[in-house]
Parts: sequence; structure tokens; C-alpha cells
Amino acid sequence: MKTRQDILVIEDETAVAGAVVMVCDDEGMSVTAVESATAALDLLERTDFRLALCDIMMQGMDGFGFLEQLEQRGLQLPVVMMTGYSTMENAVKSLSLGAVDYIPKPFTADELLTVVRRSLRCAELRSEAASPRLEGDRSMSFVSSPSGYYRLGYVSWVNMEDEGTARIGVSDLFLKSVAGITGFELYPVGDQLVQGVPCAVATSADGASHGIMCPMGGKILEVNEEALSDPMLVEKDPFFRGWLYRILPSNPDSNLRWLNP
Amino acid sequence: MLGRKIGIKLTMGVTFTALLVIIVFASFSIRSETRSLLREVERHASQLSDHIKSDLHYDMLANDYRRIHEGIRRIGGQESIDRVRLFNKSGEIMYSSDEADIGTLVDQRAESCYGCHLEGEPLEHLDTTDRTRIFRLDDDAPRMLGIINPIYNQESCWSAACHAHPEAQTVLGVLDVTIPITEVDRNIRNSRFAIMVFAVSAIVILGLVVSLLVRWWIDRPVQQLVAATRQVAGGNLGHTVEVNSRDELGTLATSFNNMTEKLAEARMQLFQSDKLASLGRLAAGVAHEINNPLTAVLTYSSYLLKRAGDQPDARKDLEVIVSETIRCREIVKSLLDFARQTVPKKRKADVNEIIGRARTVVENQLALGRVELLMDLAEDLPRVTVDANQIQQVFINLMVNAADAIGENEGRITVSSRAIRLSPRGVLQIKRAQCRKRHDLVDRKVRIGDKPAITLQYRAGSETGLVHLDPMYGSHDHRLGSMPPMDDDIDLQCPECRVSLLAEDQRCPDCGGPIYAFEVPLKGLVYGCLREGCLWSRWEQVDAAWDDEFVEVRVQDDGCGIPKSQLPKLFEPFASTKGQKGTGLGLAVSWGIVDNHNGTITVESEEGVGTTFIVRIPVGA
Repeated sequence: MKTRQDILVIEDETAVAGAVVMVCDDEGMSVTAVESATAALDLLERTDFRLALCDIMMQGMDGFGFLEQLEQRGLQLPVVMMTGYSTMENAVKSLSLGAVDYIPKPFTADELLTVVRRSLRCAELRSEAASPRLEGDRSMSFVSSPSGYYRLGYVSWVNMEDEGTARIGVSDLFLKSVAGITGFELYPVGDQLVQGVPCAVATSADGASHGIMCPMGGKILEVNEEALSDPMLVEKDPFFRGWLYRILPSNPDSNLRWLNP
Repeated sequence: MLGRKIGIKLTMGVTFTALLVIIVFASFSIRSETRSLLREVERHASQLSDHIKSDLHYDMLANDYRRIHEGIRRIGGQESIDRVRLFNKSGEIMYSSDEADIGTLVDQRAESCYGCHLEGEPLEHLDTTDRTRIFRLDDDAPRMLGIINPIYNQESCWSAACHAHPEAQTVLGVLDVTIPITEVDRNIRNSRFAIMVFAVSAIVILGLVVSLLVRWWIDRPVQQLVAATRQVAGGNLGHTVEVNSRDELGTLATSFNNMTEKLAEARMQLFQSDKLASLGRLAAGVAHEINNPLTAVLTYSSYLLKRAGDQPDARKDLEVIVSETIRCREIVKSLLDFARQTVPKKRKADVNEIIGRARTVVENQLALGRVELLMDLAEDLPRVTVDANQIQQVFINLMVNAADAIGENEGRITVSSRAIRLSPRGVLQIKRAQCRKRHDLVDRKVRIGDKPAITLQYRAGSETGLVHLDPMYGSHDHRLGSMPPMDDDIDLQCPECRVSLLAEDQRCPDCGGPIYAFEVPLKGLVYGCLREGCLWSRWEQVDAAWDDEFVEVRVQDDGCGIPKSQLPKLFEPFASTKGQKGTGLGLAVSWGIVDNHNGTITVESEEGVGTTFIVRIPVGA
């Protein structure tokens, strides 16, 4: 019989691992930290976890290798990647490999908890949707987005338009895992967005700020003022009227490689 | 070594050619002079011989031996005559000034007879030139000129009363006069010597003059150019060649100077971008390495801050730790953004608030240095769209610099902010200017206010000259030189291709005079009026784009000041005057940040009095 815990921290830097464990522990979550991906895989034989926080750059097997191993072993473990800004491309890549979210280092305790809570909720929503007993109209929208849309993890989507421009928005699963959005903070027209870097900040009812990772880099051509003034619109119709930006992609082909249809 | 110098090659070439020409000329001249002198002597001898013949004519008709003897002896006794002989047809000497010869026979093969009896033929007739011969009895004796004068048979001879010659006889005898030509030989020698002296001195003088000119006109400038290329090849791009002629070498030197200057600029840019690129790589590396420790600090401190709850002291300290660590994170992020060439993350922000945050950061450091920090912030500043973290970094840099300038002494830093309206005039430098044919009008040799001037050429009738325009837009410190007052008779041209720079069909709206126009590549046309007292100018693209409302922040200290020589390079990376203190990147990064916000950062400084940095950020951008 497997034991069950909340959080698995995979991090070879003990100072960071210690801090993460302490913060999560303080919130009443059960946490175990291991120093390598191999140790984590061993541990997963014996213990189930609700969520893993995994560093990307590690000695031996790295974060990508860990994600691949999970896939191979058929383990349904939601993983949040931790990485610095210097390896933003890695973050995007890890999302395409099945990670649910990522948190850029360095982070504050609150930022960490926001992401952890959101990811836990997201994982719940996904497993609910996947379970046959709750099958229904509402859950269907979690697993598929409209055709012609590409997703970055479960966070954001991009829709390529005929004129070579693209529309960017937040995915429904992300919105559902955040406890009630009260407002968005967006960049002005003319700014440059980079794939994997937060392009908008959503504020939730509990006061937390959620960075929304940009699915595609480019120059902002238009900002959806409607969504800005009425955040509920985004929650109600995230894929159509609730778009956030219209952009001119700077490098769509290489960006699309990391996106899922 | 000799063959390696162009000057020596040229000098030798010219000298050898001159040597050849002068030798040929001298030998011709010697030969012709000798010939004409000898001809003169021959003529003289021939006349003399004729004189003697006519002198003796009567005595011979009278067949008066004694008188003939006497005459010949007297004539032969003269100093300028060596010997006079008279011999009959068969060669027997009948009379001679040298009595010993009388009665002897002249050998027909002897030198004196050679002219007539070449083939043993009897003498008939002879030309004057054939009658003379020059000979030397032996090597030491002076040269002699002998002339023979045949005495032809005449009517008076065959009809004379004496023994009478038969009428059929053509030649009765020969008068042989020999004169020494010592004098002539000496003349010839003298003139040959004179010509030789002339030739040699001509060659020497020519050689000297040519070598001097070559050295002056070619060698020296070429040497300077060679030395300059060595300097440039050695990396000293600040080396310039002195231009002191207007010939091709002068042009070469000018273009060489232009080339090195452009090269220096390019290298500086390359150097800058190289430095910035390494800075980017360094930043990426540092960011990667620093992320984990920073994560630990930030997570622990933010966790502690959450739990600090009712301990205000600890809370305050922890707040500083958290906010400063977050600032570190933003710096790392912005360095990476910079490495990725992204623009700053701009939001509407209050500059006074940013100054306040910067103040909190530097205050502790300032307290240690006994520096007083005064704030003079204008209320109701318009909010500007900036990356607050980046701008905060700029203010921190400037305040730390100010504190460093004050050093260990007591001092005062004043930070003031205010809203200003600014026109691009007097602020914006015209850095590039072209004529219609794309010739560069920016003249790096002439500086106005230490900035390269824009040089045009005026033409008034046949008179031309250069005018240097102030490169600061809207500033009118032009140097018009000797240009007459501007009116319709004056054309302004590109100094290179002479294309007119006057704007057709356009007049100055202020004074109605003709106006000039030149292009700033990618930034439209600049118009202006050069009439005295008229200050009209226009740069539409800039006037339109320039937002005239700014927030100005001054950071003023009463520290040591900055030497004038360092001011132009102050914002370059690693131009730090602080020695071991600082990274040398502070002002360069600050400049980059402000420039990215379309703002300007300038400095005013006086050694021993203090320094003021002025940051201006456009409100609308």
C-alpha cells in the first residue's frame, strides 16, 4: 500500500529545497525533498504525491528527463518546474513535455504558495474531468480548446490569424484553478512580449497575483480593453471575446514547436 | 635599403637622366667649339699664307733670290710663326726660314705633302681645308698647323723676263707655312674644363635640389603616412597625420585621417557592443548562478516576513530584505532582458515615488559618509511611463556616484524633480547630414561646442568659401567665415559635389530670405536661414515627434567634480574615475536605460565645486 503525501520537492540545491519545504510545511502540507530525479523516481514507487516541484537544471537526470520518465512509467503526477529567468526557453519546453506550470526563480513565499495552490486545484480539475463519473458538458472544455488554437501548458492559448497576426488569451483551466479573478494588468501597445515570460498578471480574490505566461513572443498591436474593464468576460468566454492581446509574432514557427494543439 | 626608399629612387632616376643629358650636351658642345676654333685658326693661317705669297710675288717675278730669302727669313722669325718654306715642284726646298732645310728634298710621303700627294698624283688644285694639317712633331712638342699654298702658273710668270716657266706647267712651287697652335689648344682646354665644371656642378645642384624637393614634397608626407599606418596598425587610432599640402598626398592624408576617425568610431561601437555582449553573457551566467542563492534568501526572508506579524522592528528590516532581494531579481531580469534585446517593462509611475525608493536604498550608505541628502521634489508631477525598477537603478547609481564624489568629507546631495517643457532646439545634436547626392556634410575637423560642425560651401559670384553650421539643432553658433550677407546671389553648395543646398521655391517665413536644406538620413530634412539676425530653422520630423513635456530630475553634489577631459567619455563603459570603486558600468547602464526611455541624461561639472547629473524623461512616451 502506497503512502500519500502532498508535495515532492526535487532540487539539488539544499538551501532552496529547505526554504521550499519550510514554506509548504508551514501551510500544513506534507512535504518531502529529494536531491535528484532518480531519487524522486525511487520514492514514487513507494509514495504518491499530489504535486511535484522540480528544478530543471540538475546534476544527473534533469527536469526534462524526469518528465519523460513519468510519461514512460504512466505516472499521473502534476509537476511544477522551477527555473531561473536565464532558462526561460526550458520552462516553455517543460510545459510542452507535460509540466502543469512553472515558477521563475527566485520567488517569494507567497509567489510559491500561489503557484502551488493553483497547480493543486488545476490537478484536481483535470482528474475530475478525466474521471468518467463526472463526464459532462462542463468538464469537456478543460481538455480541448477550439480548433486552430495552440496552448502553452494549461496556462494560455494563441490563435494564429490569417493576416499573420495572432491573438493571445488565458485558457479556461487556468482561470478555473484561480480562485475568482478580480482584475488583469496588461502591458501597453507597442511592448515586446517574450514566449514563456509573464505577459499579464491576474489578481485573484485572495489577493494573490498570477503571472500568465506568454504563449508566443511578438509586438503588442492591440489590447482588449473590454477584458481589462470587465474581467468576468474573460472567465465567461476565455477563447473568444475574452482575448487579451493581438500581437505581431516575431518568431511564430519556433514558438509553435513548444505549443500543444 | 637605398632601393627601398621612393625618394632616393626618384632622386637617383632624375639625377642619372640629367647626367646622361648633360654629358651628351657637354661633349657636343666641346666638339663644336673645338671645331670652330680650329676653323678660325685655319682661316687665319690661310690668310697669312696668302699674304706671304702676295708679299713675295714681285720678288719672285723679279727672281730676286736675296730678297725672297730675306723676306722668308723675316716672316719666319716672327714669334707666331714657326717656319716658312718654299719648295719647287719637284719638292726641293728652295727657300726656308730655317736655313738648314734649304736644298733638301721634301719627302712626298711626309705629313706636309699628304694632302696633295695621296696617290702619288701630281698636284693640281686644293681647297683650303685640304691644304691644312695639324700635327705634332713629337709627344711633348706643341701642336702645329701647317698650311701649304701652291703657287699656280700665271701669265706674268711664263711671260716674265727671267728664266720663265713654261706655259704648260700648272704649279710652279708650294709655299709651306707652319704655325704653332698652342694658344688655340689652351683655349680649347680651358673651354673644355669650363664645360666640365658646369656639367658637374649642374648635376650636383640638380641632384641636391631634386632630393630636397622630393624629401619635402614626397618623402616627408609619405614617411608620416607610413608612420601613421604603423601607429594605426599598432592599434593607436587616435593618431592623425598632419596635412600641410593640397596635393594628392595632402588629399591622401586627409582621407587617411577620415578613415582612421571612422575606424575609431567603428571600433568604439564594436568595442561597446562587444563589451555589452560580454556583459550580456556575463549577466546570463551570473543570473543563472545567483538564482539559487537568491531563491533561498527570498523564500526564507519572505517566509519570515509573513511570520513576523506583531514585531514591527523585525518586520521593517525584513521588508527591506525582501524588497531589495526582489530588486536584485528585477536587476537580473532586466540584465537578461537587455541580453535578449527587449524593451523595458513600462508602466505609469510617479517619479517622486521612485526617487523615494532609491533614497531608502542609499540612505544607510550616505549616513556613513556623513553626507546630507536633501530632497526638493515638485508636487503634482505628471506620471511617466517607465520601468520603475530601471529608473530607480539610475537614481541609485547617480546618488551613489554623488556620495563617492564627496568621499570622506562632509557634503550635500540635492535631488530635485520638476516638470519642464523642452523643445528639441538646443538639445538635439544633428549627428549626420547629407547633400542630395549623399555626401557627408558633417565635418569632423571643425568643432562647434566640441561637436563636429556641418560644413557647406558658399558661392557668391566667383568667390567661394566654407561655412560651418552649429550641429545643435536650433542653436545658431554658426561660423560663417567670410561669407557676404545671405541673399539671392549666394548659392550654398555641398563642398564635395557642388550640388546646391538651397531649398527651391521656399523662403524663410521670418525674413523671406533664401533657406538651406540638408538631409539627416532616416530623419527627414533640416531647413534653416543664414541671414544675419534671423534665427529660423525647422526639422519637421523631430519637431513633430518630440514630446515637449518632460520630468527632469537633478542629482547635484558638492563633491570633487569631474575633470573636463573626462566629460565626453563619461557615459562610456569602464570610464569610471573612481579607481577601484564601482564596476565602471554604472553610468553606461544608466545612460542605456534613460536612452531606452527616449530620455536624455547630461552632466554639468566643475572641478572642486561639484557635479550635477540631469535626467529628463519624456512624459508622453
